[in-house]
Amino acid sequence: MPLTTEQESRHLEKRHRKARFFAIFCAAITWSSVLLLAVLLYQVSIEGFRWLDWQFISSFPSRFPERAGIKSALVGTIWLISLVALISIPVGVSTALYLEEFAGKGKISKIIEVNVANLAGVPSIVYGILGLAIFVRFFALERSLISGALTMSLLILPVIIIASREAIKTVPQGIRNAAYSLGATKWQTTWAHVLPASFPGIMTGVILALSRSIGETAPLIMIGAMTFVAFLPEGPMDSFTAMPIQIYNWVSRPQEEFHELAAAGIIVLLAVLLAMNATAIFIRNRTERRMK
Amino acid sequence: MAQEEYPDAAGASQPAESPAARSIKKSGVLWGELAIKSWLASCSFISIVTTAAIVILLLSETLNFFENVSPGEFFFGTTWTPLFEPSSFGVLPLVWGTLIVTIGAALIAIPTGLASAIYLSEYASDRMRSTIKPVLELLAGIPTVVYGYFALTFVTPVLRNVFPDIQVFNALSAAIVVGIMVLPMVATMSDNALRAVPISLRQGAYALGATSYEVTTRVVVPAGLSGVMASFLLAISRAIGETMAVTLAAGQTPNMSLSMFESIQTMTSYIVQVSLGDTPSGGVAYQTLFAVATLLFAITLVINIISQMILNRFREVYE
Amino acid sequence: MSQFPDSTLAEQNLQMSKKSVLELRNVNIFYSDNQAVNDVSFNIRRNKITAIIGPSGCGKSTLLRSLNRMNDFVDGARVEGELIFSNENLYGKEVDPVEVRRRIGMVFQKPNPFPKSIYNNISWGPLINGYNGSTDELVERSLKQAALWEEVKDRLHESALNLSGGQQQRLCIARALAMEPEVLLMDEPCSALDPISTARIEDLLFELKSSYTIVIVTHNMQQAARISDYTAFMEMGDLIEFNVTKKIFTRPAMKRTEEYVTGRFG
Repeated sequence: MPLTTEQESRHLEKRHRKARFFAIFCAAITWSSVLLLAVLLYQVSIEGFRWLDWQFISSFPSRFPERAGIKSALVGTIWLISLVALISIPVGVSTALYLEEFAGKGKISKIIEVNVANLAGVPSIVYGILGLAIFVRFFALERSLISGALTMSLLILPVIIIASREAIKTVPQGIRNAAYSLGATKWQTTWAHVLPASFPGIMTGVILALSRSIGETAPLIMIGAMTFVAFLPEGPMDSFTAMPIQIYNWVSRPQEEFHELAAAGIIVLLAVLLAMNATAIFIRNRTERRMK
Repeated sequence: MAQEEYPDAAGASQPAESPAARSIKKSGVLWGELAIKSWLASCSFISIVTTAAIVILLLSETLNFFENVSPGEFFFGTTWTPLFEPSSFGVLPLVWGTLIVTIGAALIAIPTGLASAIYLSEYASDRMRSTIKPVLELLAGIPTVVYGYFALTFVTPVLRNVFPDIQVFNALSAAIVVGIMVLPMVATMSDNALRAVPISLRQGAYALGATSYEVTTRVVVPAGLSGVMASFLLAISRAIGETMAVTLAAGQTPNMSLSMFESIQTMTSYIVQVSLGDTPSGGVAYQTLFAVATLLFAITLVINIISQMILNRFREVYE
Repeated sequence: MSQFPDSTLAEQNLQMSKKSVLELRNVNIFYSDNQAVNDVSFNIRRNKITAIIGPSGCGKSTLLRSLNRMNDFVDGARVEGELIFSNENLYGKEVDPVEVRRRIGMVFQKPNPFPKSIYNNISWGPLINGYNGSTDELVERSLKQAALWEEVKDRLHESALNLSGGQQQRLCIARALAMEPEVLLMDEPCSALDPISTARIEDLLFELKSSYTIVIVTHNMQQAARISDYTAFMEMGDLIEFNVTKKIFTRPAMKRTEEYVTGRFG
């Protein structure tokens, strides 16, 4: 039965109201995530800023909150991230180059591709168990920086590989053709043209992957990074602690003061992460300008 | 073709005529090139070796475990007390703990993530997008231990004001922060999926007199559904594998309570508990680590594979 | 030999093969299961311009890319038959494709300078191939040959991407010339350029003819008629006719050729 004009317009108005409500609802939900971030940062700053001073940066952990600091954790994290970068960047970028430039579209590259995608989804704590069994126990590297760095490298390798492949894919085929037509070998082409052209994209992916490894806690707990370290590591074979471990340690204590110390530690951690991301953006922008 | 037609073919490019006398034959193996290719190939093999190592390690230790504990007890037992006497190895309490945290997180992350994705892809202006996207990236980049801190120092106190009888360590607080943690993933991936839906589909629906709500819910979301589903599954898989926030917020009490106000233990936080303690390696208690990790690995792997299959099918349709 | 119905032509062909640089004998090219080029045979003469014309999709670019083994990079591409160059079959087991490309250069449809300086664009190819003369001289000589020197001599170290499209394409030609190739393959080098740039490149090709052998693929018949000495007409993977350009455009032997060059189709 056809609707009368009046019914129709009332019906239409209802539909419009529904549409408007839905749009406002979605917008509100989305902006609440911005609010969430604000709340989180606010909570961290009101608890942490009071403790954030040079004494905090330059002191070892302590049973007494007022004497406790993050020095060994900060140094440990810097050691760890440097080793992880040394291990994971060459291996990850090489894998991406192999898959994109050398392997062709055969079965092997398909297998590696699926395998990398699956590894990216493995929970970090499983990598921790792997590191514990393989590096700490089997290779007897003990609870050292190198065990932690190797474990963390395996964890972020899939991220680096996937990001690097995306970056390499954006290099125009014309550049490769030009190089090949001049009698360049595959590696000459890759080294002189593909790699420089994809460099900004690769760097961005690498820095994001490294910043993920700065915040990872579970694998380090598994391989036994210590929670109380009152000395600085001097080499890759030394035992160590790292910022997220120290923060975990402080958070898991019942006293309010230690929670505030954790907040101060979090501020330092987030500052390091933000600095890394800013570097990534800086490198990307600068290289893009130079390419143009 | 007969050779006679080109009697002088061989002479065509004799050195005398040819500006370059070099042969185009291979002059030998390019050792440098070969070495580099081998290096690159062996690097890419590391990922295969990693997978193999994970699988072999987990399976062999789990088989050792099953020599001491029957699979029946492990999979169907409802008491988990491996670290003290009388020990009992029923994994169901840990699975249950993981399940309620994951369900709670999914109930938070899926509707809000999808709503955010709809807003980003269908309503937001470019300027709004360029504000929201970095915020989501920041939320996604915050280390999980920070979320654990947030749960303990902010979420739980707020919950205790609302529900006075909630325990200090409780599943609800963990579920909330894990939900916040995986929300950016749902929003970003679903946004990508919805944006891949061709504009022509939307225009077709608008041309029939549909409102924006009708276009979104009956055309765009159904068309992008497989991509959206894949994002849900990946988020669930991440929630299952999430460790630090649940360890800090939900406590270490394996139980099968229906209440989210009580302390529970997830598979991941059990693994952390064992590795923080001084359980001697080699014993049954140590082997439980691997048995639980194998279960965790298997569950997340299956979910990840399903989500990748869905995603591949989605890409075939739209990309 | 359907493509050489005239016996005098076959004789002529025989005569000319003495001056051949590249000889194609029964070349078939496949992409996976599709055949893109069917049983094509003809010779490419030294210091002449050979044009390959035909409607789009006729296999002319595919054929051109097979001449310096650029098809190696296309998944599933397969070449059968013989392409004789320097006494060897280009697709022989012993042949090094890298060496082939050092001797047979290529200019592509879209200008594809490296995102580096003009200077480095020219010098890179010779340097990786062991050139040890003066690169300054080499760069100047190549740019002069490509009629680009006057326009860029004051900004050799600026990015090549700042050049106009026509300049970029001449840079790509200079880059190829720096290798002193025996054969220069050009795949529709003017199709992305404006008429003025096109005219400059055509002039350039005339000058290069005295010292280089050029094979050019073009969909522009006027261009083929203007610049080439020999023309191969292809259609749907078949070589319909190969002859001196003048004949192709005035007295073609095949009806299909006549229809195409007089613009009745294609």
